[in-house]
Amino acid sequence: MIRLNVNGKQVNVDVSPDTPLLWVLRDALNMTGTKYGCGMSVCGACTVHVNGSPMRACSTPVSAVVGQKITTIEDIDKNAIGKAVQAAWRKHDVVQCGFCQSGQIMAATALLASNKKPSDADIDAAMSGNLCRCATYVRIRAAIKDAATGLK
Amino acid sequence: MSKQLHNRSQHSATARSETGLSRREAIQWTLIAGGGLTLAALSPSSGSAQGTSVMGASKASSAPFAPNAFVRIGEDNVVTVMCKHTEMGQGSYTGLCTIVADELDADWGQVKAEGAPANAALYNNLMWGQAQGTGGSTAIANSFEQLRQAGATARAMLVSAAAQEWKVPANTITVEKGVVWHKPSKRKATFGALASKAAAQPIPTDVKPKDPKQYVYIGKRVTRTDSPAKVNGSAVFTQDLKLPGMLTAVVAHPPRFGAKVKSFDGSKAKAVAGVVAVVSIPSGVAVVARDFWSAKKGRDALTVEWDESKAVKISSSELLAQYKTLAGQPGAVARKEGDAAAALAKAAKKVEAEFVFPYLAHAAMEPLNCVVQLSKDGCEVWNGEQNQTGDQFALASVLGLKPEQVKLNQLFVGGSFGRRANPSSDYVLEAAFIAKALAGTEHGSAPIKMLWTREDDMRGGYYRPMYLHKVSAGLDAQGQLVAWQQRIVGQSIIAGTPFEKMLVKDGVDMTSVEGAADLPYAVANLRVDLHSPRPGVPVQWWRSVGSTHTAFSVETIVDELAHLAGKDAVAFREGLLSKHPRHVAVLKLAAEKAGWGKPLPTLRAGERRGRGVAVHESFGSYVAQVAEVSVAKDGTFTVDRVVCAVDCGLAINPDQVVAQMEGGLGYGLAAALSGKITLKDGLIEQSNFHDYPVLRMADMPKVEVHIVPSTEKPSGVGEPGTPVIAPAVANALFAATGKRIRTLPISTADLAG
Ligand code: FES
Ligand code: FES
Repeated sequence: MIRLNVNGKQVNVDVSPDTPLLWVLRDALNMTGTKYGCGMSVCGACTVHVNGSPMRACSTPVSAVVGQKITTIEDIDKNAIGKAVQAAWRKHDVVQCGFCQSGQIMAATALLASNKKPSDADIDAAMSGNLCRCATYVRIRAAIKDAATGLK
Repeated sequence: MSKQLHNRSQHSATARSETGLSRREAIQWTLIAGGGLTLAALSPSSGSAQGTSVMGASKASSAPFAPNAFVRIGEDNVVTVMCKHTEMGQGSYTGLCTIVADELDADWGQVKAEGAPANAALYNNLMWGQAQGTGGSTAIANSFEQLRQAGATARAMLVSAAAQEWKVPANTITVEKGVVWHKPSKRKATFGALASKAAAQPIPTDVKPKDPKQYVYIGKRVTRTDSPAKVNGSAVFTQDLKLPGMLTAVVAHPPRFGAKVKSFDGSKAKAVAGVVAVVSIPSGVAVVARDFWSAKKGRDALTVEWDESKAVKISSSELLAQYKTLAGQPGAVARKEGDAAAALAKAAKKVEAEFVFPYLAHAAMEPLNCVVQLSKDGCEVWNGEQNQTGDQFALASVLGLKPEQVKLNQLFVGGSFGRRANPSSDYVLEAAFIAKALAGTEHGSAPIKMLWTREDDMRGGYYRPMYLHKVSAGLDAQGQLVAWQQRIVGQSIIAGTPFEKMLVKDGVDMTSVEGAADLPYAVANLRVDLHSPRPGVPVQWWRSVGSTHTAFSVETIVDELAHLAGKDAVAFREGLLSKHPRHVAVLKLAAEKAGWGKPLPTLRAGERRGRGVAVHESFGSYVAQVAEVSVAKDGTFTVDRVVCAVDCGLAINPDQVVAQMEGGLGYGLAAALSGKITLKDGLIEQSNFHDYPVLRMADMPKVEVHIVPSTEKPSGVGEPGTPVIAPAVANALFAATGKRIRTLPISTADLAG
């Protein structure tokens, strides 16, 4: 049994320690908001927060996050910034297929947590690891800036 | 001509069955008089059987008021719109709901979208004859009048229910934002309160939809119905589906197309904790486990020996050499007006160019997957389904069932760009074959979730074909276009299928030449011909199909001709488009909004800047784009801004039209900048996003979209934004560097200077 702290709750999972956190969330905990897109840290669909920092769950063995605070898209509205980001996403109708968007929102929330007034270059740098095949980038940028205006 | 081409390309999206399978006989498509495809095997009786008994069950079906196949109103006051088209990002659910909500005078907040089950009798695509499916940018175009009628009928029944309840004449009743009013007596009721009574009204047959002046949602922005679920992670994609007792399967596919399993050793795979079975299926060896990670580890532990006697072993370089040889010989004629060769010989000035376009993967964010469960009564599938009727018949055939025993449940789709409308039902059948291989075992009735890894998806074939174009065009001494000769070499998407007879005319697959054979520019001497080699690499339609390559060669050559004639690129095009006012309107609008002709300010010191334009019609929608680029010394460049004008007829939801232009051009730009699938001795050289790079945040230009106001019938927007960007960027790069782009993706090394 491996004991994890996910979204503020202690959970026990019966998986082998090399299992990536992504598949523990999706298959063992049935939290499917975090997506599989590449499995090798090159698309960002699986982005979660570990102690508040963005992390690629597909390439993080579950054994590496024991004792750490894991936050997923399912709980990001508990965070004021996350909530503002989600609201901006709805306001701008950012989503198309939506498959990348959990990861985009987690990455954007982490960006705004460390930088309340990101420039275009900051957004490029923080978000370039999160691919969107529907190319919703124009609206992701607009929504991040919009969410930022409400933050103090 | 252009109309015919469109019909064909649209219909082609469901129109193929795999060669050599028995369902080849089962699925007999024929082209009916109006240009639509019809499924001959789908008799009226089997169609209606699907409609009720097996396929009818849906979440909204218990709603008391269900006046037709599309509208459900519950006592909870929720209006559910049964959406017959796939929501794969293009906003179809929102658009379809908007049409119903408007005619119903519902409140937008009470409207919910639900994916309709497979049932061609109720939910066929009216542009595809009897088949249900989504593609060819037809969702809104084919549904518009149908859903107006459905919404207006439901509204009329709510009104007569209220009239009966309040004992007042129906014409004294009004409906606003989901409330039915009798204003003179200040009485009102919600839809929910009237639902049961409305259901008891006779269904009127003579309801007239609204006067367009009365539209409340159509033509304005409403928010997407799927935004909330997609921003909190609760939207269910096939990857996310969880069913009791479900098992996950990962498949070892052959490394080369056309190879088969010779033998395999599954003992090590079976020893992996969580693995429950290893089975051989026609497309490889499947490892079935309790969860994905166990299945994947099982697959890694598998040893398979492949029979490659019939495998594709060619390399892209050899293919290109073959295509070049073919381009030297006349091909099957797709269009012939006047005598292009003679006119070219006499032309005062000439342009000659050879273009090379690579294979492209669709590479949607959600890798392919499908859930199948077999039972003694039939088969149930959960999928981001784009090809309902084709998949239903294919499944029935390989499983020995009747089509009505195959139930398909619609889930959200994490992008498709055409891939999930697979003409051979490849991935859907693969999942079914796994379930079938388990039949009779203890796992025989388990739902099987087949998941492809990104690598499986990238190497799974069904690419946009590789093409070579050879174009010669000539001007007379006055700079007038007098000759155009275009030869296209590339695999046919339709050939080798039962549709060959219907959609390949005199050796010409219309989807290979659309956008060129219907050249909009006036020229007296025009010849377009085609070679369709068959190297064995599986190919498929890819967002905007033939236009993905024809728009590039046509629009860059026209640009070059303008330059040669010493004329402005916009004015030169306009002069040749007098018979195409909708092309001209978008061209002028984009040019005006972009500040065409005004000097471009330098963005970064030392960089060369340029502006380029392209215009193209596809699927009945007209798009022009002006791109602005900055090119550094080493040839690397940025696309800084794109101004896009679109005429898609009546824009149901202008904000979503804008979204599709943004996304469509972003998708096309990804291909232009870096999209390339290559073969080496038959092996696909790319595997994941590190070696098949796609557009990232920093690559995305600023985009400005302008919609031409129109009262024409709505046409599609999912695809038409895609093919225009590459030629607009290439023309901008020429303006900046003086170098013409002939090969995609664009090589920055060629732009150094
Ligand atoms: S799935 Fe983790 S980065 Fe792509
Ligand atoms: S919204 Fe489809 S991949 Fe981003």
